[in-house]
Amino acid sequence: MVVSDFPSAKLHVVTGKGGTGKTTVAGALALALAAGGRQVLLMEVEGRQGIAQLFDTPPLPYEERMVATARGGGEVYALAVDPEAALLEYLAMFYNLRRAGSALKRIGAIDFATTIAPGMRDVLLTGKVMEAATRERRGGGGRLYDKVVLDAPPTGRIARFLNVNAEVAGLARMGPVRQQADSVMNLLRSRKTAVHLVTVLEEMPVQETADGVGELTKAGLPVGGVVVNMVREPLLPAASLAAAAAGGLDQAELARGLTGAGVEAEPALVAALAGEASDHAGRVLLEEREREELAELGRPTYELPMLSEAIDLSCLYDLATMLDDQGLV
Amino acid sequence: MSARLDVDRLLDQSSIIVCCGAGGVGKTTTSAALALRAAERGRTECVLTIDPARPLAQAMGQTELDNTPRTVADVDPAAGGSLDAMMLDMKRTFDEIVLAHADPQRAEQILANPFYVSLSSSFAGTQEYMAMEKLGQLRELGTWDLIVVDTPPSRSALDFLDAPQRLGRFLDGRMIRMLLAPAKAGGRGVMKVFSVGINVFTSVLTRVLGAQALKDLSLFVASLETMFGGFRERADHTYRLLKEDGTAFVVIAVPERDALREAAYFVDRLASERMPLAGLVLNRVHTSAASGLSVERSLAAAESLDKSGDSPLTAAVLRIHAERLATAARDRRMAERFTASHPDVPVVQVAAQASDVHDLAGLRRIGGELANGPEATAPVRPAGKRRAG
Repeated sequence: MVVSDFPSAKLHVVTGKGGTGKTTVAGALALALAAGGRQVLLMEVEGRQGIAQLFDTPPLPYEERMVATARGGGEVYALAVDPEAALLEYLAMFYNLRRAGSALKRIGAIDFATTIAPGMRDVLLTGKVMEAATRERRGGGGRLYDKVVLDAPPTGRIARFLNVNAEVAGLARMGPVRQQADSVMNLLRSRKTAVHLVTVLEEMPVQETADGVGELTKAGLPVGGVVVNMVREPLLPAASLAAAAAGGLDQAELARGLTGAGVEAEPALVAALAGEASDHAGRVLLEEREREELAELGRPTYELPMLSEAIDLSCLYDLATMLDDQGLV
Repeated sequence: MSARLDVDRLLDQSSIIVCCGAGGVGKTTTSAALALRAAERGRTECVLTIDPARPLAQAMGQTELDNTPRTVADVDPAAGGSLDAMMLDMKRTFDEIVLAHADPQRAEQILANPFYVSLSSSFAGTQEYMAMEKLGQLRELGTWDLIVVDTPPSRSALDFLDAPQRLGRFLDGRMIRMLLAPAKAGGRGVMKVFSVGINVFTSVLTRVLGAQALKDLSLFVASLETMFGGFRERADHTYRLLKEDGTAFVVIAVPERDALREAAYFVDRLASERMPLAGLVLNRVHTSAASGLSVERSLAAAESLDKSGDSPLTAAVLRIHAERLATAARDRRMAERFTASHPDVPVVQVAAQASDVHDLAGLRRIGGELANGPEATAPVRPAGKRRAG
């Protein structure tokens, strides 16, 4: 058992540039957190139904549904937060305004709040996340969770998304919205929250990760770990990397080896294979540079391998174990 | 199999090209590559980028975000074209609208209102409105015969398409009148004058936001009121612009499940809105020049070399080849799945690049691939006679 790097975190926020596998990592993290008998809620807020696809279930309604059991008896529930439903729920819960909902809908106020008014949507989504992460025993009757994992908006928007309540607090100087905004920010800026960034070893995702860490830090939001996803093993011997990358792979040696293995070493084939090796070497060297860039961020880093098959539930369990073994959980 | 997207024809005949797709698929790079190629084919071109990576911005000579199109140096002028590039500054774009539509005193009031400051600079969603606004502005200037637009990295690609309509719907709606009510009535018995709906609305807002914030909001909306006519007109105008003949949407994806799903969704949506879709650009497609040597044979040969201990280098190269073939096969299956469900959408594939693009030469190479396919090295042909207007 490895000691967790984030023992006090109740809310794990997972962000990442598009295409880096942030939903997969969020799902694996939820499974890892649930292992050993804990109850975990995995939330998504972008209406993409990414969790349902990941766990191969029908699209999630606005309702907490169990999507997987973890090793050792824990359970992962999932919720796709819908801003409109969250608003109506919010009005009912905090202001006893359930009946106002339909009137507001009729005049377009709900539409206004959830799609048109910039920022309102994010206020509602983060509000719902806080509600799930701070439920008290015997309170509103909702299910109690040990941990909450949020599959959050991408790195480019994450600081703005999480910080939206600070903006609101600046606008509403008093009143319930202000109180709500303050308590969301208190949770998000506390040690009960950890914002993890998922990246791959490519230039732009690494750059965005660095920018994201900077923006989160500036906003006073707690940066968690950096998860490097889809890591590939270097296949070439280390000594050949630099030469291969520069296009100077020993083609005579390659031709000899091919012949020895019973493959006819036509010049075109040798050249094509050498070209592929050169691409591979170039990528490996680039990945090394990107890894150094990430190390400079000074955050705990976790690596997950590239999987050749499409992600299914059994892969997710494997990824969960790897996150656990490396101490993220 | 669907047709190949004729990129050069697209570049020569369009007046607006909108590049859209999920995040992380190379939208900005593709936009820039299309723009450069159009310029070098003789078009007077402007590319509007939203949030380019620094190296790409530098390649196009954009060292600062200043909301003004700037000429890109080192574009080949032989065909008579030119390339300007600009990065969108959403706050400045918003400020400019206010300054253009309100008298100086009112403009000052608006610019200082806390709701305005927040709305224009930090709230998500504003970027989409402003990208559309800027496109409309650039088009009105009439300086360029082609504008290529890179769309913002929205939570979904649809935000971009929906922004102008939403704005229009909002401005038409009862919401605005209600937000205006407290400011207009100036506290003189608002509740008596208006209907029950407003009653509920204002009381909810007061309870939720607090009275002071509601007053700020109402004043903000009131001070914007004079501009609404202009706003609405522009939103409608931009929406019509997107449906015009000279406009073409290019959907960008990579051969991965999520990106292609979003691309398919976008393609369907464009069709239902009757927006002119030109085709799909599929970036980062892996191919192999040695496809004659199969995965099985490569791995068997690598294993026999392992056993004999002969040439570990060759064994490694064979494994690299096997991996590459597997990736190429996966990419091909992904692409085929898309074309099977969308047989009428022209597609062009761009090979996976060894590294990100840092300079105009890299953009030029991608432009060449977009037009001629990965292997072709045909030089850029100058544009033929262009359509008027």
